[in-house]
Amino acid sequence: MTGHVLSETSEWTFDLILDYNREIARIASDFGLDTYPNQIEIITSEQMMDAYSSVGMPVGYRHWSFGKHFLNVEQRYKRGQMGLAYEIVINSNPCIAYLMEENTMMMQALVLAHAAYGHNSFFKNNYLFRAWTNADAIIDYMIFAKNYIAECEQRHGEENVELILDSCHALMNYGVDRYKRPPRLSANEERMRQKEREEYLQSQVNHLWRTIPTKQKDATQEEKNRFPREPQENILYFIEKHAPLLEPWQREIVRIVRKIAQYFYPQRQTQVMNEGWATFWHYTILNQLYDEGLVHDGFMIEFLQTHTNVISQPAFDSPHYSGLNPYYLGYSMMSDIRRICASPSDEDRQWFPEIAGSDWKETLDFAMRNFKDESFIAQFLSPRLIREMKLFSVLDDDRKRKLEVSAIHDESGYRSVRQSLAHQYNLGGNEPDIQVYNVNIRGDRALTLRHSQYNRKPLHSNVGEMLKHVARLWGFTVRLETVDKHGRSLSTHECIVEQ
Amino acid sequence: MVQVIDRRLNGKNKSAVNRRRFIRRFKRQIKKAVEESIDERSITDIDSGEKVNIPTRDTSEPVFRHGAGGRRESVHPGNKEFVAGDKIKRPSGGAGRGGKASNSGEGEDDFVFTLSREEFLNFFFDDLALPDLVKTQLATNVETRKVRAGYSRDGVPTNINVVRSLRSALARRIALRGPHLRRLKEVEEALDDARRRDEHGRIADLEDEARQLKKRIAAIPFIDTFDLRYNNRTDIPRPTAQAVMFCIMDVSGSMDETRKDIAKRFFILLYLFLTREYERIDVVYIRHHTTAKEVDEDEFFHSRETGGTVVSSALQLMHEIILERYPTNDWNIYAAQASDGDNWGDDSPRCRAILTEKILPLLQYFAYVEIMPDEHQRLWHEYQIVRESHRHFAVKRIDGLTDIYPVFRRLFRKKAT
Repeated sequence: MTGHVLSETSEWTFDLILDYNREIARIASDFGLDTYPNQIEIITSEQMMDAYSSVGMPVGYRHWSFGKHFLNVEQRYKRGQMGLAYEIVINSNPCIAYLMEENTMMMQALVLAHAAYGHNSFFKNNYLFRAWTNADAIIDYMIFAKNYIAECEQRHGEENVELILDSCHALMNYGVDRYKRPPRLSANEERMRQKEREEYLQSQVNHLWRTIPTKQKDATQEEKNRFPREPQENILYFIEKHAPLLEPWQREIVRIVRKIAQYFYPQRQTQVMNEGWATFWHYTILNQLYDEGLVHDGFMIEFLQTHTNVISQPAFDSPHYSGLNPYYLGYSMMSDIRRICASPSDEDRQWFPEIAGSDWKETLDFAMRNFKDESFIAQFLSPRLIREMKLFSVLDDDRKRKLEVSAIHDESGYRSVRQSLAHQYNLGGNEPDIQVYNVNIRGDRALTLRHSQYNRKPLHSNVGEMLKHVARLWGFTVRLETVDKHGRSLSTHECIVEQ
Repeated sequence: MVQVIDRRLNGKNKSAVNRRRFIRRFKRQIKKAVEESIDERSITDIDSGEKVNIPTRDTSEPVFRHGAGGRRESVHPGNKEFVAGDKIKRPSGGAGRGGKASNSGEGEDDFVFTLSREEFLNFFFDDLALPDLVKTQLATNVETRKVRAGYSRDGVPTNINVVRSLRSALARRIALRGPHLRRLKEVEEALDDARRRDEHGRIADLEDEARQLKKRIAAIPFIDTFDLRYNNRTDIPRPTAQAVMFCIMDVSGSMDETRKDIAKRFFILLYLFLTREYERIDVVYIRHHTTAKEVDEDEFFHSRETGGTVVSSALQLMHEIILERYPTNDWNIYAAQASDGDNWGDDSPRCRAILTEKILPLLQYFAYVEIMPDEHQRLWHEYQIVRESHRHFAVKRIDGLTDIYPVFRRLFRKKAT
């Protein structure tokens, strides 16, 4: 089937964007992509830098760190060290995708396919996003957060708000529930209930800290009755609910940062899959446009050049090497799954008996819906791809004088390489495991955090500074004890707050 | 279903607030960077933005994370020669393995960004203790004046340009009348013809039409709002005139880096003040020890010589340069002299003589600053005598950066009267 070429030149117009979008949408739905409705916004490069520095949200509260990111992005862009991201897409309903006005028509089409159909369908269907984020409410919630924080700045002073935000940002990665699903966000309810919650929270805290003497218990009993009973992984949540001295507005700010961290948590867990999925689809969709005769050769050559840049992967010994490129890894794996389904080799049949020879669209859809980076790699990285990428794993043990190559792309190494690579994308393994362990309720109110050491990895030397942030929120002395896997205490850090 | 929205027109400077907050928060570091940059800057280059480096460490946002050490396994692409069990030497430093570099600590590169001109000047003025009024005067753009710039179709009645308006009215009348006149001519010819042949019916018709046409022609207005043209004026910066600024500095051994830094800021301030007033400014650098020499800016600030000090040599040279290159009817002449007050005793009266007799009559203003002198010497006392008889001669002692401004108060006060 051959159609009429949509455009001859590289200039874009609003009509052309709609034309391309119509064709891309048709192809995407033929392939079975299920998406939120799209909202496409044309912006300037400066606005792109704005969006970039405020973590991609169209609205955000004010904080110096966003200014820092902006300056950084601006400087690097001006020096030509980086091209701007071609696209930013927001997990919202409707899904907002930004197109930059400087881009050529080819780039706009690429971004449409990549963001407005690739990422969009991922947001809508991946289990983590379905369970943990509420695309309908995020924009409203960000507006609520911005207004609330601006109001706090007026009432309590910019500096005071900034201090709280600094400390919350430092703990942002410890403001997520990893296992328990949080209640859904709703800006309206937030506003309605916020007043109520302020009073309630304060009363709870007061209850915990009431000073009316209770019956003395012996020390061993106290040891058993730790507060909290179970260690808590969500430090910000614990602070929001139990920090003795925080004002209601400060608790609300902690909550806002915590909610935003939670919203971004799935994106941090699915970077390889998400980018791989979007890259796979822009490649597939634009090729389909070409096969149908809707775009000409020049368009495709320009596209292939860009696409190749996006998925370039320098080898480990190249000066440009900075780790694995998630676009490359994700795209290669998605394409590889398609290959395994469509034309499996004997090796594939042996390794992937359940998907070899199946319908590739269904299999990819299944993979996209039900995995995160860690499990996706553990499940689908094939020996053939390990060979193609020439992956090898290196063991760095500080007790040994040299590094050791623990596995390479050979028969005995496939499973081991796959296992280590999957583990590399396990957020839980990369961040220190630090949990709220105990609060000395009856004594000096000191908060004890417990760092369970993993593979003997020590904490970074900034731990003292970090404890200052925790202490600022908690208001009393904060201790951090590092324990090994048997629960033996290895070291303790402390930030003492004089009352 | 899709919606395309053009957002290019709204919210241009969304990050401006965050940028301002960043600058406020790191004021101390930025100020230090600005101070350092003044050393490297040319005086005439002060009026633009500045690239500022501050250490990344200071701006970092900490999070809990692992330090180097422990047991970790990482996967890399592009294996060429390794087999399982190979031992590799640990790469030194952070270089080599990107994956590890990012684990083991922050990069030590500076955080670099550009301050705008206003922001830069703000930091610059911060040290000098300028009052706000002066700061804004220096930082804002020059005054403008209106100049003729062609004609426009709208304006106020006082600006109507009569000739242009009437000319376009004439053109319009000719254009609109043309078809009617042509027709009238035809009708009149036909009428003559009809009269000759005595065709009464036709005559009446044609007369009627001719009457109609004349009426139409008469109805075309002599002048219409459409014809009006107004004199157009536009704003351009007011170029007052040109000025030359003499920077005279003692470069004998006793002028150390701190003193030179103060002198430089003093010269910069004078330059900024002059840029506001004059369109074109020449800067002449004269440095002296026992003899004076005209030099370029780099040499002015950076080369050092030892020896005695004869100030009059510089004044003499300045006088010669003025006579040779800067006739007073074309140039406004300013001079700023910086010294630590050292001079050969016998030379100071000569300085006074050269100043009062030769130089001061040619000058708009002469400012002498004595930077952190151990004690006042004869030059100071001689200059005091000069000051008493000349209003456009200023002498000040500067003990630190904040003292620079008071010297300028005189300049601005003079302007106000």
